[in-house]
Amino acid sequence: MADEDRGEPLDSAPLYFEDVAVGDELPTWSRETGLVHWNRFAAVNDEFYDVHMDDGAARAAENPQGAFGMGMLRFSYLHNLLRAWAGEQVDVRELGCRYRAVNQKGDVLSCSGRVSGTRVEGGDHLVELELDVRNQLGESTTPAQAVVALPSRGGEARGAD
Amino acid sequence: MATEARSLVTPELEARRGVWLRERHSEPISASAIRRWAIAVYWPDAPPRLYWDEEHARGTRFGGIVAPAEFNAFTWPVERDPADSGLETDALPGLRSMAGGTRDRYGEPMRPGDVIRERARIADWEQRDTRLGPTLFIHSETEWINQRGELVRSRLITSIRY
Repeated sequence: MADEDRGEPLDSAPLYFEDVAVGDELPTWSRETGLVHWNRFAAVNDEFYDVHMDDGAARAAENPQGAFGMGMLRFSYLHNLLRAWAGEQVDVRELGCRYRAVNQKGDVLSCSGRVSGTRVEGGDHLVELELDVRNQLGESTTPAQAVVALPSRGGEARGAD
Repeated sequence: MATEARSLVTPELEARRGVWLRERHSEPISASAIRRWAIAVYWPDAPPRLYWDEEHARGTRFGGIVAPAEFNAFTWPVERDPADSGLETDALPGLRSMAGGTRDRYGEPMRPGDVIRERARIADWEQRDTRLGPTLFIHSETEWINQRGELVRSRLITSIRY
């Protein structure tokens, strides 16, 4: 098993549908975030809103702690959580989140997940998950739901045929 | 008994409901853009090799490098589309904005060389009273289709206007 925080592929040990049960907890994926992360993400997502870069602009927008992180970066972190859990080849079918709280400078964000359901549908072996990104205070910042397709020992999921 | 809230919906917004408002094409996706996206979202750790090591990626079920599912293929245009800040922005003068949520459904992966056709519309909205006062939750839908006509992604973005 790869280090849970490294985002390394788990190719040597693919996760199969049959290995997953409702109630399983995903290994936590975490990041301490700040401007070095946000500026890189601003560059690749072309997301140069002043509230993410400039303390004064963010305070004027009623965030007294200054510049804050992008919701879309946390959306990527949730994908990283799934890739760290099921491997880089994981077939994410759906991921939806709400931005409930602001990502402040210096926050340590912990992405967590729990298997909430499993089903076989049209030959696909699907796993439903409840996810979240919590800050160092344990506050929920980004509750989310996801659906992934996993390979089955009895037959492959989409993408492998 | 609840009092009737002041509606924030303008005729301009009403006229846009369900109408595909924007269609555009991406530049061909480059392997370099995929690699840089992956580095940024995994920073400071190295991203999975699938996103930058072609030899490794050939041995995966994808048969080559693909982009992370949430990759943005529409960045750094020379001419900015005003709708980038929201399809509803100019229809709701004076209202402030916050990101409410994102929901993606994924189809085919994006690969280097792919050209994405995007269309976008305001799907729906609802108004509720929140601690911010009367608040509009606007759901915008964006569809991405690749050059083979395959659905790559359907995204629903909720923006909060108050």
